[in-house]
Amino acid sequence: MSTNPKPSTQAPTIRNHVLRAENLCKQVSSPEGSLTIVDEVSLDILAGESVAVTGPSGAGKSTLLALLAGLDVPTRGRVLLEGQDLTQLDEDGRARLRAQRVGFVFQSFHLIPALTALENVMLPLELAGRRDARRAAAETLQRVGLKERTGHYPRQLSGGEQQRVALARAFVTQPAVLFADEPTGNLDTVTGARVGELLFELNANAHTTLVLVTHDRELAARCARLVKMEAGRVL
Amino acid sequence: MKALRLALRTLAREWRSGELGVLLLALTVAVAALTGVGFLVSRISAAVALQASAVLAADIRLGSPQPLAEAYFAEAARRGLRSARSTNLLSVVFNADASQLTNLAAVSAGYPLRGRVLVAGEPFARGSPAAGIPAPGEAWPDSKLLAAVGGRVGSQLSIGAASLRVTRVLIARPDQGGTFAELAPNLIMNAADLPATHLIQPGSRVSYSALFAGERTRIDSFKGWLIVHKARGERLRDITEASPQIRNAVERAGRFLSLASLVSVLLCAIAVAMAARRYVHRHLDTVALLKTLGATRAFTLAVSVLQLLALALVAAVAGAALGFLAQEWLLRTIRGLLAVTDLPAASLTPLAIGFVTAIAVLAGFAMPPLLQLARVPALRVLRRDVGPPPPLVLLAFGPAIAVVLLLIYWVVPDAKLFLYFTAALVAFVLVLTLAGVLLVYLAGRLRGRVGVAWRFGVANLSRRRAESVVQLVAFGTGIMVLLLLGILRDDLNGDWQRTLPPNLPNYFFINIPPAVRGDFVSFLQAQGARTTRVLPMIRGRLTGINGHAVDNLRSARNGEDTFATREQNLTWASELGADNRVIAGRWWTAADFGKPLVSLATEFQESLGVQVGDHLTFDIAGEALEVTVASIRKVKWDTFQPNFFIVFPPGVLEGAAGTYMTSAYFTPGSARSLAQLARRFPSVSIFDIDELLTQVRAVLDKAALAVQSVFVFTLFAGLTVLLAAVQSSRDERRYESAMLRTLGASRGVVVQGVLAEFATLGGLSGLLAAVGASVGAYFLTTHWLDLRYAFEFLPWVEGVVGGALLVAAGGWLATRSVVNQPPLTTLRA
Repeated sequence: MSTNPKPSTQAPTIRNHVLRAENLCKQVSSPEGSLTIVDEVSLDILAGESVAVTGPSGAGKSTLLALLAGLDVPTRGRVLLEGQDLTQLDEDGRARLRAQRVGFVFQSFHLIPALTALENVMLPLELAGRRDARRAAAETLQRVGLKERTGHYPRQLSGGEQQRVALARAFVTQPAVLFADEPTGNLDTVTGARVGELLFELNANAHTTLVLVTHDRELAARCARLVKMEAGRVL
Repeated sequence: MKALRLALRTLAREWRSGELGVLLLALTVAVAALTGVGFLVSRISAAVALQASAVLAADIRLGSPQPLAEAYFAEAARRGLRSARSTNLLSVVFNADASQLTNLAAVSAGYPLRGRVLVAGEPFARGSPAAGIPAPGEAWPDSKLLAAVGGRVGSQLSIGAASLRVTRVLIARPDQGGTFAELAPNLIMNAADLPATHLIQPGSRVSYSALFAGERTRIDSFKGWLIVHKARGERLRDITEASPQIRNAVERAGRFLSLASLVSVLLCAIAVAMAARRYVHRHLDTVALLKTLGATRAFTLAVSVLQLLALALVAAVAGAALGFLAQEWLLRTIRGLLAVTDLPAASLTPLAIGFVTAIAVLAGFAMPPLLQLARVPALRVLRRDVGPPPPLVLLAFGPAIAVVLLLIYWVVPDAKLFLYFTAALVAFVLVLTLAGVLLVYLAGRLRGRVGVAWRFGVANLSRRRAESVVQLVAFGTGIMVLLLLGILRDDLNGDWQRTLPPNLPNYFFINIPPAVRGDFVSFLQAQGARTTRVLPMIRGRLTGINGHAVDNLRSARNGEDTFATREQNLTWASELGADNRVIAGRWWTAADFGKPLVSLATEFQESLGVQVGDHLTFDIAGEALEVTVASIRKVKWDTFQPNFFIVFPPGVLEGAAGTYMTSAYFTPGSARSLAQLARRFPSVSIFDIDELLTQVRAVLDKAALAVQSVFVFTLFAGLTVLLAAVQSSRDERRYESAMLRTLGASRGVVVQGVLAEFATLGGLSGLLAAVGASVGAYFLTTHWLDLRYAFEFLPWVEGVVGGALLVAAGGWLATRSVVNQPPLTTLRA
């Protein structure tokens, strides 16, 4: 059923659309009536491109990220991930696609507290059916500088270390697209800067497409493209 | 496989980190309570059955007027059962010139298989258990026989052609009967001496009995074999046909124990439901993350189910072990207190029942939330306010309701009681739910008028509306069953003490000639005995029902006598005894005296299947008497007052030659009085029921003790429910406490808020529980246990105050670490 995700072999100069949003709209019902959170957003993101989505709180950044990653379904419009229409897939279908082609980094790390650092990194590989999960996870942890911490549980790690484990988990499957939601938002400035450094370094090495939601201007500035949002619309 | 690996890996870690503590504790205690109660009930029921078996001197007894085939004994031996023989016949026993018609029992080695023979060195003395049976050449006559023939230990008694030496005085034997069938004095001798007596001749009226005893399941299987293979005219008896007194006690004990175990089962279900809720709540993020990383819904469900199954297995093993140890300890403690005989070993059945029930309860109460857990959207990784979509009501509650109904029906397979209990439970849960909604409403109204701590606490109830209602139902049900058990235990113990006061009549006197009736009673009173009513007694046999001969009835039953078609003792009375209750028809008035009417006890009526208005024909001393059934009576046999299955109005039987009977209480050590009485009134049969009373008391003592022990288990299970409930909201509280303290609230204010919330919740739960328990106790005592109900106010105080204190204390203990945690730790997590 599952196949190993293919690492990108394309040169950065020859670029295809890896992610395309067409007239995305997300409305939710609230006590005050229907509320539009994402309003007619269309977006093309090229393979290997790094895109920062910025904007004030409540602009719809995280909702857009959820729609692009297939974590949520739009009220209208569609999302194409490597040509595959996410809106045509059911929940399990989207999950399978994520297992193959998508990686995530979150503001609050979202490590499973019951698993060690190594086991947390192994998890997406195991879900994708990879047999070399342990070896690949150990190598990735070494790359993020946590070789000595593989047996530690999340609560035994500092915030920066936890986010580095999360980065290892995100890159270990060599995803086509990496979604990062405020990856430095829970870290102090120095640690945040180091994690940001690591994120871009890993991204450059893996040629992964990066979609980054952030308030951090410095982090945003490191991206090739800036997408500004306000009141659900892309400016 | 992937799911199993992940399930076990995370489970092991969560176990070590204490994440699963409450769920595991709830399951373990539930299983421990269930199996502990199961072990206890099975062992005590077996002990009660053994006690009842003593009345037969065996577990089952086959009787026949013909010698019994060797094949029965061979089959019993093949099945690993013990057996013995008892041959009974009436014969005259001589001591020199004095003689007395005596019921001889020639018994084989091993007799009695159940119960014990009591013997003494002199007549009417207190007996002690005999070792074995009389040796060949020896006889053990009873006190009455020795008094009648003027014998003593050492005398030579002539029995038929044989001469046997008296070596002991028989005080009691287990199978001497409780229904006055055998009124003649008794003598036990060795079966080996029977041929030498030459008493068994063609035409002799001899009763042969085969006694069998052994392990319960083997006995049941052997009983089935005997029913198929026994010859016509052979009569099989087991403990269900034991004397009415013992049967009453066993039935009552059995009913009560089944109620007690049902309570534990329900508490088990509540605890598991709460623990499962918490489990689901704590795993929402993990499941959302797994989905984000590519796991399907089926995979996440499989992980949760496997984790819970693994947990159930661990809890079942640990719980069963704890349950076994607890009941073993309990039984060892009470064995010394009661000096009861050795209890039978525990069967393994409760272990299987514990496992099956744990899985069933998990399936009913843990599966629906787990199904919900699998539906949590992946989006939750970005938006923590997103949870699973609301469940279908049928899916959320259907499995739980089905499992509860099945469990109730399993424990109480009686359709009427099942309906009562289920209806009461549904009504109670509905009332609690409505009350919960009302509380939430009131809390919303009150919060503006109280201080900050109370506002915080009470507002919590209002804000967590659904959770508050669920907790209210859980606490209310838990407290209710505890109160209900308390009320019922008091009622039952009280009722038993009322029916079995220490100075119940312990001697029955039968065959009192009418001419000496007055003298006899005066003599009893002069000896200081406590006397009871004196009733006339006439022997008679039922010969026809509505014009049909009862011989037809007999042939329909393979030629066996039922007890209703055997010769009966009849009486007449103008007043209905206080221990009798008319349940159909009406008791006669003075205007009915002399009319051909009869009143039947329910046992007799049920055996014949007759109704009020039917016509019965009796043969009394050769005269046919046709009467109409005027009433059916329920008799409380365990009052040990003279009572009869068949009662006529005055003016019907007076013409027939009859005698009188009465009962009296003699203090222990009245041997001399009884010996004098036997000499002065030689025709009066003395019937000693001291041993029978001791047996009944022992049965009731064990039952009461078992119930009290079960109460301990139930209490513990209830406390676990409380802990599980409080724990379920712990995470939210941790966050709220941190927020409040960050905003400047002192630790005291936060603690007061917690106490206010839980005390309110506990108090209201307790109040509703008291209402439910009182109504439940009323129905259970009057409709099911057949006892009198007395309203008690104490459970109301216990419910409200106890509920408030218990839940507040539990809440405080469970949230203490939450309150004590520095706010920054929580807010940073």
